[in-house]
Amino acid sequence: MADIEKKVGEDKPLIEVKDLKEYFYINTGLFRSKPLKAVDGVSFSIRKGETLGLVGESGCGKTTVGRTLLHLYKPTAGEIRYDGKLIKSRSDIKEFRKKATMVFQDPYSSLNPRMTVSDIIGEPLDVHKLYSSKQERQDRILELMSYVGLNSEHAARYAHEFSGGQRQRIGIARSLAVNPDFIVCDEPVSALDVSIQAQVINMFDELQEKLGLTYLFVAHDLLVVRHISDRIAVMYLGKMVELAPAAEIYDRPLHPYSKSLLSAVPVPDPKTARANQRIVLTGDIPSPLNAPSGCPFRTRCKYATDKCAESMPEFKEVASGHFVACHRTAEINS
Amino acid sequence: MALLEVNNLRTSFFTDAGEVKAVNDVSFTLDRGKVLGIVGESGSGKSVTAYSIMQILAGTGKIVGGSIKFDGTELVGAGEKVMKTIRGNKISIIFQDPMTSLNPTYTIGKQLMEAILLHTNRDRKQAYERAVEMLRLVNVNEPERRMKQYPYEFSGGMRQRVMIAMALACEPDILIADEPTTALDVTIQAQILELMGSLQKELGMAIIMITHDLGVVAQICDEVIVMYAGSICEQGTADEIFYNPCHEYTKGLLRSIPTTDTAGRKLQPISGTPIDLLNMPQGCPFAPRCEFAMKICINHKAERMPINSDHAAACWMNVKHGVQKGEIDLDDISSDGDKNKAKKAAEENKDKSADKKQDSKPADNNMNSKKKKGKNKKKGGGKVG
Repeated sequence: MADIEKKVGEDKPLIEVKDLKEYFYINTGLFRSKPLKAVDGVSFSIRKGETLGLVGESGCGKTTVGRTLLHLYKPTAGEIRYDGKLIKSRSDIKEFRKKATMVFQDPYSSLNPRMTVSDIIGEPLDVHKLYSSKQERQDRILELMSYVGLNSEHAARYAHEFSGGQRQRIGIARSLAVNPDFIVCDEPVSALDVSIQAQVINMFDELQEKLGLTYLFVAHDLLVVRHISDRIAVMYLGKMVELAPAAEIYDRPLHPYSKSLLSAVPVPDPKTARANQRIVLTGDIPSPLNAPSGCPFRTRCKYATDKCAESMPEFKEVASGHFVACHRTAEINS
Repeated sequence: MALLEVNNLRTSFFTDAGEVKAVNDVSFTLDRGKVLGIVGESGSGKSVTAYSIMQILAGTGKIVGGSIKFDGTELVGAGEKVMKTIRGNKISIIFQDPMTSLNPTYTIGKQLMEAILLHTNRDRKQAYERAVEMLRLVNVNEPERRMKQYPYEFSGGMRQRVMIAMALACEPDILIADEPTTALDVTIQAQILELMGSLQKELGMAIIMITHDLGVVAQICDEVIVMYAGSICEQGTADEIFYNPCHEYTKGLLRSIPTTDTAGRKLQPISGTPIDLLNMPQGCPFAPRCEFAMKICINHKAERMPINSDHAAACWMNVKHGVQKGEIDLDDISSDGDKNKAKKAAEENKDKSADKKQDSKPADNNMNSKKKKGKNKKKGGGKVG
């Protein structure tokens, strides 16, 4: 895994995740429980100013990666480093959360309906005591609102008075309040209408340029991820199966799962759609409680052999910056 | 004769805050064996259109005008007795959320058989056989065992298959699919769309596909209706809508979606926020967000205007372009609409475009405009005299 960090870039990575595991224990009997391996040994790093897209189907653990990264869940195992520093103790976590924040998926349930917009945005400032006077707090809130295209007259209103796109703007302003370097965006546009999605995506772009932000962009809409990301990681059943620069993973996916995932994306162009040969997967994603042995994808993979059932393939670099976890990469793609 | 003919359908919800006009003058036809896509954002009235056809509107909703003809039979005001012979039998519907549209307390088999027993003359044994056959048709493995299971034992994709099996069990002429794949993952979505496409060809039924995803539309639909704020903006064949969009909303929508080409570039969003259906503007509902909105757009709603034989749009911009190019004859546009409105529109546009031309080429036009002025004076003088 060490070579990932080396190859990823000359710049030092801002976020380094090594062998991250997050198990949830599910009761199966009176005194018995079974681990649900939501994230099972994931390693990656994100450079400063970069956007890493994280894609996969529901239940693959992509949201859990984002949440565990911010210690919203306590990691079962593994290391998370921010700017080279290991995040472990309570005080580390508190410091870390001044630098790393989150934008949530659902703009309807992630804003407190009993708080005004200015209190929602000001709450992180209160928690971390980032102002010396009331005036300073108010100025900062108005500045944040202007970042995301809200007017000062919106400050005294409640969340229910806003449309979905505007609520997501409030959520983004809140995440920017502590002046972070790193933001985990957990499906930030999937609850929005198509015509509003583009506005919010552009805003993420502009804020990144202006404030030098680093994003982990979790989403299931592959066209959105392709648009915004520098590199993309594909997850399946708690494991990372492929990681590569965005253009490369779209032009030349190597893992059989990435191939079928990308070919399943409906292209908004009738002629391409008619000509497109889709690789339609059979069956459903297995339950993470009964994950298959060896490679998690082998039950739906047409290339699976006995070896795939025996051992989990190593996540290794096959081309510059292109990592894939498949025993048969070379044979399939030759 | 078209299988389904909807004319000037208007559906409103009567809420405490006032009348919400969810569907406003919607007209379309659907032929046998065709797939019609209805695209729009939330609140555009696409689902309400479908619910109006099935007459399954929620409490305060009511069809306030228009007609829906199925195979020549009028459905609006036909009464429950007639609708019971249509619903599930002739026209079936699949809902968006497969998690909540099955009853969790009954087995899959019981729910499938219920539909068959209700709508056909089969006895229980035949109904059971039909249900198993339908599950096999939608690629559910081990259908006999699955019949005894409860919905919680099925994954999302499997439940949507059961819903499709249920909807198709009585061989309907029309299948309405209300966002059938929105709650599903892309790989499962691809499975379901492929299944629907092959069943449609096999059984020769017509599908109304309601979705907000232009990718799904491109993949499966023959014809497309684009809706905004309860009205149809544009309708035509899929190729016409995607390659020759003629309404500013459709154009904006197509521009705003990220594709593989847009990486590293800014997207071009539609500015503004979605419309409040309680405070509808007087003119074109899209005018407040339209960058090309003219005076007429704010005051008068555009009528449906034909672009060519398989394409129509309700946008004044087409009149402007047409008049500028001299392609549009004003009498064509206003065949069943308000002639004065169209003429007025054209005149306003003419003035505007004339102004623009003068602004851009003041030197060249100096002579012409002087001449024009002279002519006008003469004319004016004549009238007065």
